[in-house]
Amino acid sequence: MNSILQRMRSNGVLGLNRRNGDYILKMNDRRFFPLVDDKVLCKERLQERGLAVPELIALARYMQQASHLGDLLGTHNEFVIKPAHGSGGDGILVIKDRKADYFVDSDGNLVKRADLEHHVTNVIGGLYSLGGQPDVAMIESLVHFDPAFAGLTYHGVPDIRVIVYRGYPVMAMVRLPTRESHGKANLHQGAIGVGVDLATGITVGGVSGNSPVSLHPDTGSEISGFQVPHWSSIVSMAAQCFEAVELGYLGVDIVLDERHGPLILELNARPGLNIQIANRRGLRLRLDAVDGLGQREESPEWRVEWACRAFGDPRTDLFNPEPLLSGS
Amino acid sequence: MTRSRQWVVLSLLLVLLGGITFAYKVVRLGYPVLPDETGEQWLVQARLEIEPVKGPVRASLLLPVRSTGFTVTNESFISRDFGLTLEENMFRRQADWAIRSLDSDRVLYYRATVIRDTRNSRFANRPEIPSAPELDEPWASAMADLVQEVKTESADAQSFAAEILDHLQNSPDDANWNLFLEGVESSLDYARLAQSILAMEQIPSMLVHGILLNNDVQRSAIHTMLAVWDGEHWMLFDPQTGQQGRPEEFMIWWRGMETLAGVSGALINDLQISVKRRLRSSLDLAAQRTELKDSFIGRISLLHLPVQTQSVYEVLLLVPFGILVIVVLRNFVGLSSFGTFAPVLIALAFRETELVKGILLFMMIVSMGLVFRFYLERLRLLLVPRLAAVVTIVVLLMTAISLFSDRMGVETGLSVSLFPMVIISMVIERMSIVWEERGAMTSIQEGLGSLLMASLAYSVISIDVLEYWVTVFPEVNLIVLGLIVALGRYTGFRLTELIRFRQLAGSNPL
Repeated sequence: MNSILQRMRSNGVLGLNRRNGDYILKMNDRRFFPLVDDKVLCKERLQERGLAVPELIALARYMQQASHLGDLLGTHNEFVIKPAHGSGGDGILVIKDRKADYFVDSDGNLVKRADLEHHVTNVIGGLYSLGGQPDVAMIESLVHFDPAFAGLTYHGVPDIRVIVYRGYPVMAMVRLPTRESHGKANLHQGAIGVGVDLATGITVGGVSGNSPVSLHPDTGSEISGFQVPHWSSIVSMAAQCFEAVELGYLGVDIVLDERHGPLILELNARPGLNIQIANRRGLRLRLDAVDGLGQREESPEWRVEWACRAFGDPRTDLFNPEPLLSGS
Repeated sequence: MTRSRQWVVLSLLLVLLGGITFAYKVVRLGYPVLPDETGEQWLVQARLEIEPVKGPVRASLLLPVRSTGFTVTNESFISRDFGLTLEENMFRRQADWAIRSLDSDRVLYYRATVIRDTRNSRFANRPEIPSAPELDEPWASAMADLVQEVKTESADAQSFAAEILDHLQNSPDDANWNLFLEGVESSLDYARLAQSILAMEQIPSMLVHGILLNNDVQRSAIHTMLAVWDGEHWMLFDPQTGQQGRPEEFMIWWRGMETLAGVSGALINDLQISVKRRLRSSLDLAAQRTELKDSFIGRISLLHLPVQTQSVYEVLLLVPFGILVIVVLRNFVGLSSFGTFAPVLIALAFRETELVKGILLFMMIVSMGLVFRFYLERLRLLLVPRLAAVVTIVVLLMTAISLFSDRMGVETGLSVSLFPMVIISMVIERMSIVWEERGAMTSIQEGLGSLLMASLAYSVISIDVLEYWVTVFPEVNLIVLGLIVALGRYTGFRLTELIRFRQLAGSNPL
């Protein structure tokens, strides 16, 4: 037990208590939390910065609007309904097609119009929001994910999570939806997390729940060795989010759209720690490396370049060379 | 001081403050650390039987004064038809009974509870210097010889008094002493004799009367002691043995030359003092002492609240202990539950139902509630009305269980009403959401996790000693607060993370 603890420490594994106490509480000023917790506000901020986001079709603020969904939807046949204050992917409903009063969700199931309306009222009622506050239902255009991911995903949209510390991208992973996750990209809902080399965007191996996987459970494709398209702009967009919301410890979720390229789906002020398992790397050594730079104002471009050099290709990781040989 | 270290100081301060208050109450005020320790107290009763002669009848009785060694509480008087007045000052207390006419014998009672008290109290005022008694011959010259003899053997008032008492006991053959010792038998006689010898040297002295509290006695003898003023203090001597100091069991009742009881218009047929020793929780004793002491710290105890309020606070003050358990389970172990502190409230309910039955009842209500909740989901009710419906259903379920178990003669079923129904409704709601979003397994797992945390919290708050401590030493919650503050800065790994991240502790990560 003691040696596990020691090796976890020397490998720089970040635990929840330290993440909360030393990073989120210190780096994330509470007054900036609404910028990420409110996805509508967040979307506005990102757009002001010129960062690409999925198109917002409509907002449903009042219960009455639920029964006039048709008006809100217009001619859109594919869309996503999500709570503006949702967390952990709860309450997100993906609709891929529409046939008269029936809708088709990401699993291919038929959803009655009344079910859809009920879902919207649940969202507005605050069922999925933190603390049960009344919420707003966002209706966003559906992202058509890049066909590059075709072999690596089951329904749903794979997304890319980048941890950005004080503006420096420090670790990234791709999250692949599975049958178990119902097309959602959240790890605790059953999606697979795949580590990505920060410099090249090549995947290095996956994790399902807390255990490693090498093949996608639904498609059978090899998970590692895959080149994520548009990698340099993904990392660059992630780094720029720091200026948009001023949170020092930030999780940036990016999706790849077939036509629009990388889009920022949402930001997270309390990003999970499974990214460490997906990358087989502890976060702390990298966070310490960024802290080692001291207080300095650098452009996003400089930060990305520095981070890619510092944290790129794990096999030549400057700050974490063969952690277990030098370990303990 | 940097902000990052302030928590250490704060935490230590809180723990110290709580600990010191606790220690003060135990050491200085004598509160027992553990419940059900017993101490002793005495029920003292003076019984005065009077026989009327004619006209109005008055009777007076001297009452025990507040003095070193014992404290008198719960005094009562039984004196049918008589008017009662009390005369009190610091060194003398007297009860006066009066009645216009009386046609038969009557018994007057005075009763009091006496407890030990370690506190010192003022004995008497600075005395006046007595004048030497004027004696006739042959006593005058005998006295002069005595005084001369004792004087040569003593240095000060204290040794002078001690010598006198010594001679009174041990010089039966000496002619001078014998002259005075004729007819001297009781301790009162000895004390009076010693007083007049002391007065020859202008040493103030005083008679002190009391009883011995050591056994159950039907008719307690009045014990007289001699108090001698040495210029600064009063010193007590046993006039018959010459021993100095107040015997542990001697309770001072009154001072001076007066008699214990006096009557006019009547005769005293009998005056009897009885003592009964009673064992009693030393907590009661400590509380009684505290009341008399006006100690601020002693007042910080729930014992001063009405009994019903006490039991409410007893529960409230246990909550921090339950919460401490939750903090440990969440931040050290890494368990999670529905609702941060919901397990504590469930644990409080378990106090009434006992653990196993409580868990069964909880599971019963939650699973039945879930069934209804799934049905409600199909009705597509809006959120708040649906929650309200779930609460109502939970209340109805609880009532049904009570009625059913009452009919079956199972008593625990009745205590189901103490379950926090709103909390249970929220648990049902959360469980059903998790059920839909992440599957039945996760939902049931998390539900059982909450139940586990509730059980662990219960096993802590059901410790008898804790319940006693929060009532008598509410300050233990300061210690809990200190610990919580300290735990709040624990940023190490959680126990479950050792499993979760175990691959990151492996030999070759890639």
